[in-house]
Amino acid sequence: MTQRIPVVENILNANDHLAQENHTRLESAGVFSINLMASPGAGKTSLIEQTLPRLKDKLRIAAIDGDIATSLDSDRAAAAGALSSIQINTGGNCHLDAVMLRGALDQLQLNQYDLLLVENVGNLVCPAEFKLGTHKSVLIASIPEGDDKPYKYPGMYRGVDALIINKIDLLPYVSFRMDFFQRGVESLNPGVITFPLSCRTGEGMDAWINWLLQNSTK
Amino acid sequence: MHELAVTQSILKIAIDHAEQANAKQITDLHIVMGELSSMVDDSIQFYWEIIAKDTIAQKAQLHFRRVPAELQCVICSEKYHPTNEELICPKCGNAGAKILSGEEFFLETIDVE
Ligand SMILES: Nc1nc2c(ncn2[C@@H]2O[C@H](COP(=O)(O)OP(=O)(O)OP(=O)(O)O)[C@@H](O)[C@H]2O)c(=O)[nH]1
Ligand SMILES: [Mg+2]
Ligand SMILES: [Zn+2]
Repeated sequence: MTQRIPVVENILNANDHLAQENHTRLESAGVFSINLMASPGAGKTSLIEQTLPRLKDKLRIAAIDGDIATSLDSDRAAAAGALSSIQINTGGNCHLDAVMLRGALDQLQLNQYDLLLVENVGNLVCPAEFKLGTHKSVLIASIPEGDDKPYKYPGMYRGVDALIINKIDLLPYVSFRMDFFQRGVESLNPGVITFPLSCRTGEGMDAWINWLLQNSTK
Repeated sequence: MHELAVTQSILKIAIDHAEQANAKQITDLHIVMGELSSMVDDSIQFYWEIIAKDTIAQKAQLHFRRVPAELQCVICSEKYHPTNEELICPKCGNAGAKILSGEEFFLETIDVE
């Protein structure tokens, strides 16, 4: 005899639940935390490298880097002045999830930090579906990727709390219609705070640094 | 790629509910997937056949119900279905909408015996 059982359970529930636990831990330790997401090569590690020297006298900063393989990125974060820098190798996984972040948080004395920068795996689709429990999600777009990305990867653009437009030093060399790009962003994520900047020249970095500083010392 | 983890999660939720109902086996799973979700049903099906083996769900069929996306303009409140290119309100031309549906991804019901 067949019986139908109502379930109505969110399939990502287990992850969401752990993300909530991570959030509580970070919150009670007083650590402001950022989930940095972007396609491969958009400049996530470069942004961490540029951010650390500008803030390390004001904030105690830890970095966590998610990559499919190698510890290259966490080495770069350590070299740039992160007090602690932890590498998560996802073993082929295309995104970080709340379990992986929890494992990394276990390795940190959380109350010794004010700011935690988490670099997600380079990918413009999957990380959007997996909450980590960080305070803010930040997407880094970059000029050479092209101005159509909001239209092609709406899921990622929709969910983020802040948007960085990196590599603006390359604007003279590539055709990038900023108005077309920003119209796409606006339709998916109305009013999202945006920081156009260059990790190469440092242009635009101040606004981003101030935003981090304001949020971290709240 | 992440469909393996997702499929494991589906299997666990289904088995938990079936066991609570003292069921011997699961015959069908009904999954609801919003149009805006990035999950790929073929890939869930692929992993399902591997991981459901030797469980009470091994003979279960997966059914996917797609929910269309619906947006609502934040300016004039018009409700519309997003088209591929520009996500602008067909009534007032504003870009900027909130999502009413299309992001769902849940297990709705299971059939057991
Ligand atoms: N011209 C220019 N190049 C940049 C800028 N920011 C980063 N790059 C370059 O872009 C390349 C990729 O930068 P990364 O910071 O490694 O990118 P990522 O997002 O961490 O990459 P993955 O971790 O591999 O996904 C490097 O060659 C950087 O030097 C910028 O503002 N301008
Ligand atoms: Mg990197
Ligand atoms: Zn409208």
